[in-house]
Amino acid sequence: MSSSVVPSIKKDFIYKLISEGKRIDGRAFDEYRSIKIETGLIRKAEGSAKVKIGNTQVLVGIKMDVGEPYPDSPDMGVLTTSAELIPLASPDFEAGPPGKEAIELARVVDRGIRESEIIQLDKLCIEPGEKVWIMFIDIHVLDQDGNLFDASLLASLAALYTSTVPAERFELGENFKLPLSKDPPISCTSVKLNNAIVIDPVLDEEEIADARLTVATDKKGDIRAMQKGLSGSFTIEEVKKIIKASIINGKKLREVLNKSIRG
Amino acid sequence: MGMKKPEDVILFKNNKRIDGRKSDELRPIKIEAGVLYRADGSAYVEWGGNKILAAVYGPREALPKHIQDPRKAIVNARYNMAAFSVEDRKRPGPDRRSIEISKVISEALERVILTEQFPRASIDVNIEVLDADAGTRCAGLTAAGVALADAGIPMRDIPVACAAGKVEGKVILDLCKEEDNYGDADMPVAIAPLTDEILLLQMDGHLTYEEFEKALDLAIKGCHIVSELQKKALLKKYERVLEVE
Repeated sequence: MSSSVVPSIKKDFIYKLISEGKRIDGRAFDEYRSIKIETGLIRKAEGSAKVKIGNTQVLVGIKMDVGEPYPDSPDMGVLTTSAELIPLASPDFEAGPPGKEAIELARVVDRGIRESEIIQLDKLCIEPGEKVWIMFIDIHVLDQDGNLFDASLLASLAALYTSTVPAERFELGENFKLPLSKDPPISCTSVKLNNAIVIDPVLDEEEIADARLTVATDKKGDIRAMQKGLSGSFTIEEVKKIIKASIINGKKLREVLNKSIRG
Repeated sequence: MGMKKPEDVILFKNNKRIDGRKSDELRPIKIEAGVLYRADGSAYVEWGGNKILAAVYGPREALPKHIQDPRKAIVNARYNMAAFSVEDRKRPGPDRRSIEISKVISEALERVILTEQFPRASIDVNIEVLDADAGTRCAGLTAAGVALADAGIPMRDIPVACAAGKVEGKVILDLCKEEDNYGDADMPVAIAPLTDEILLLQMDGHLTYEEFEKALDLAIKGCHIVSELQKKALLKKYERVLEVE
């Protein structure tokens, strides 16, 4: 990792700012960067969305195929989530099979979508035990400036909500909208830096952070998934504080998502 | 090429092609320079239904060390298709086709880059096909040319590519999907537009010598049109920068 030298030089500067209550890009500790969501960009995909959070950009495409169900769930569609940290997105990403970071990212997004049961997998069964819809969520990171977790989940959701099941292509009747329930979980990621908690970290903050916590909340403000990362720890008070901030910011993110999928 | 044409597909009729273009007409092309934050240089190209991003990193130390060349920089282009960019999902990672395309593009770019200025360095060019619609290597190389210029990599020229081919006995410019699938020949060409040197040349199908001459002439003319769009995109980026200041 060649670029991790830079953050260690910047570290003192970022720490000093934090102790003065400031961040390198001028945001408040609990302030999210501006978000832009575009949907329906990829013609070859069943659904797609590009999410920009500040300078971070993630593109997600949904592809569907017909295949065999898993033996333990013969009447359910199959969901697969993959993430690629392609070398286009960062000088630190290398070509090759997905590493630990890409796999953690894909699994956190997969869990957020699967466990919230927004995809009605039973409606993606064609013939029980024989034929079901296989769904691929492919996360393509285009520009890495921190907080890939939130950007990837948001892009995956926006792509799902604008997806059409390509039944005609497989001669299985008319195309139909992907059956989804209306209340997706929205994740908010915070990191701990010099004993302060900041939400939606940029890459420089992420690289010198001690600990990270992602909290997914639903419309009611209930907690639906969490993932703690990095080698530092949180106090109980800090965890509570992060969850509260995630509920507040989750509401704002939900509005942006709803706007993008309505059009 | 290679696919059998269904009876009801008419590729050329009344001097018009299947998508309504004339034989020497390009698809709509949009080029934007400097679209990514992390990359040293980048470009986005929409060419017909193709959507392609290119990002350049470097010159930077070539690693692992044994790949370094003490006399010059190595140029490492990587052509990659997103899983969702094609009709049937593509398994992520390189396949034989993308490895070959990466190789010929790397070689084409190496010819124009002043590699001798950066011994032991690597210049990495990442080409991501986000949406594929025939002619991705030409659109990808064109995007790479703009991204290299945007990264400030010293070059003899800005490389540019365009394909010509043949359908129903007619020589045509810039094949679309149907023409690529059911046509008689496809010939991607990349040039250095200042000198018309050929940087990349591939062909599959069937052309007579006369048809080849015609196709090459057409492809080079296409390259020159696209070259102007490349330069405009770069100028536009700096106009934007000046406005902000």
